Amino acid sequence: MPEILPMRFSPFGEAGLHCDAAGARLDHAVQERIWGLAELVSGWPHLREVVPGMNNLLLVYDPAAADFEAMCAAVEQAWSTLDVERREGRIVEIPVRYGGEAGMDIEEVAHHAGLSVGAVAELHAASECTVYCLGSQPGFAYLAGMDERLATPRRKVPRTRVKAGSLVIGGAQTGVISCDSPSGWHIIGRTETKLFDPDREIPILLAPGDRIRFRIDEVRA
Amino acid sequence: MITVLASGPMITLQDLGRPGYRASGVGLAGAMDPFALRLANLLLGNEQGAAGIEIAASGLSIRFERDMAFAITGGDCAACLDGRPLPPWWTMRGRKGQVLGLYPPRDASFAYLAIAGGFSVEPVFGSASTDLKGRFGGVEGRALKPNDLLKVNTIANPAPAMAGPEAGFGLSPRLLDKTPHEPVNLRIITAAEYGALTPASRDAFWESMWRLERDSSRVGYRLGGPELQLDTPMELFSHGILPGVVQLPPSGQPVVQMVDGNTCGGYPRLGMIIAADLRRLAQSRPGETVRFVEVSQREALAIAHEEDAFLRKVAHFVSLAAMRPKP
Repeated sequence: MPEILPMRFSPFGEAGLHCDAAGARLDHAVQERIWGLAELVSGWPHLREVVPGMNNLLLVYDPAAADFEAMCAAVEQAWSTLDVERREGRIVEIPVRYGGEAGMDIEEVAHHAGLSVGAVAELHAASECTVYCLGSQPGFAYLAGMDERLATPRRKVPRTRVKAGSLVIGGAQTGVISCDSPSGWHIIGRTETKLFDPDREIPILLAPGDRIRFRIDEVRA
Repeated sequence: MITVLASGPMITLQDLGRPGYRASGVGLAGAMDPFALRLANLLLGNEQGAAGIEIAASGLSIRFERDMAFAITGGDCAACLDGRPLPPWWTMRGRKGQVLGLYPPRDASFAYLAIAGGFSVEPVFGSASTDLKGRFGGVEGRALKPNDLLKVNTIANPAPAMAGPEAGFGLSPRLLDKTPHEPVNLRIITAAEYGALTPASRDAFWESMWRLERDSSRVGYRLGGPELQLDTPMELFSHGILPGVVQLPPSGQPVVQMVDGNTCGGYPRLGMIIAADLRRLAQSRPGETVRFVEVSQREALAIAHEEDAFLRKVAHFVSLAAMRPKP
């Protein structure tokens, strides 16, 4: 068990508090504590937003009910005494058609990794990815756990529109685009699973701690 | 009910946005100038956060399908009711069949049209605001277009303009303290990575006039000026951000996230523009200049209280106007 670093606090605007627990590398144990802390403080009545990041947490509080120093003290107390249970996150299976027209960059990723297209799909699907946090666009999940051999630098020129459902790789990260949007990540496949659907009873599919299993439905060069 | 006759790609329904969902990646959206929207609603006796139409970049034309009071605030759109010019920051009644025409705002970036009772919109995540990126909220998650029919909530008490003079009444634009062509002072609370700027860049940050660039939108405003540099390059993990954050991308030119901005970022955070001044930045136009002025959290809260007090005064003034006997 690595040592948990003390929280570093900085003000973020009129009523915001950025809590940073990151070391030099992204750490899973720290992230589990971040989830635990987020869950705990979500019950505090004067908090307006609780936004987990990657080994960090943004809080927005009601400035009429709390101030920066009081918030820092309360969060520090909670962080240092937090009892984190190991969680077995929910398993979510996401079926993917790798490659083809809807996964047009898979050959580029394969070339960069020195692998075949089939091997890229297999390595990708074999990586169990954990949702660290959501953000950037509704329902988009920041995932950790992709096989490092698939890491590919982002495109120099981002595409102006990438369709929701696109499976993408950007640097060492992978994800599924949740809303049509510009993106500089490489598109390696497509899923019909919607991470965000405003008309669904539960619009946001994933939650921090969920474990994603990508399932190969098809591989095309 | 009103009918949209002419609209544009940046004309949307907005309220005060949807706070509380950033952990799911759902951004704030809402009015770029919430103060102006609040004032439009106050003039009508509405809840301050009722949904109104945000007008930007293009003109808007609507027809009233029944008698109702309306208010226009924000940038001056040279509004005309059936061809008769109206002052900005104005409320009056529109009669069934009358057409209200507005040009693109000429002295600012955003204007607001509110209706007594507010527009009736099915809330998504607790808000009527249009999220153009996520394509939800407002009218089918999109900008208004010709032939859209917008429902209006029924109201218990008639709006002040229904009781007042036929010509309506309004607020003096002098209340808004914007002097054209003078740099806007943006009060800012420094953030986590401000201290990572080189000493020369820290000086340049405060001393420079920053020019608002052309490719600015509801998502973000780009500022041009001297290239700011960090002591050493930084790699930050993704973290939650808020509208008003001033970030420093590798280009060295600051970017300000606006109401449609991302919920998560990775660029160094130099500071947060206080809410009262973020709307002033929002209303600035490409080519205009701004400069940063440092304030403490305590000072920022005092400024927010002053704004609330001002809004209460306006509400009081409007309620007096409503008490006038019918002519």
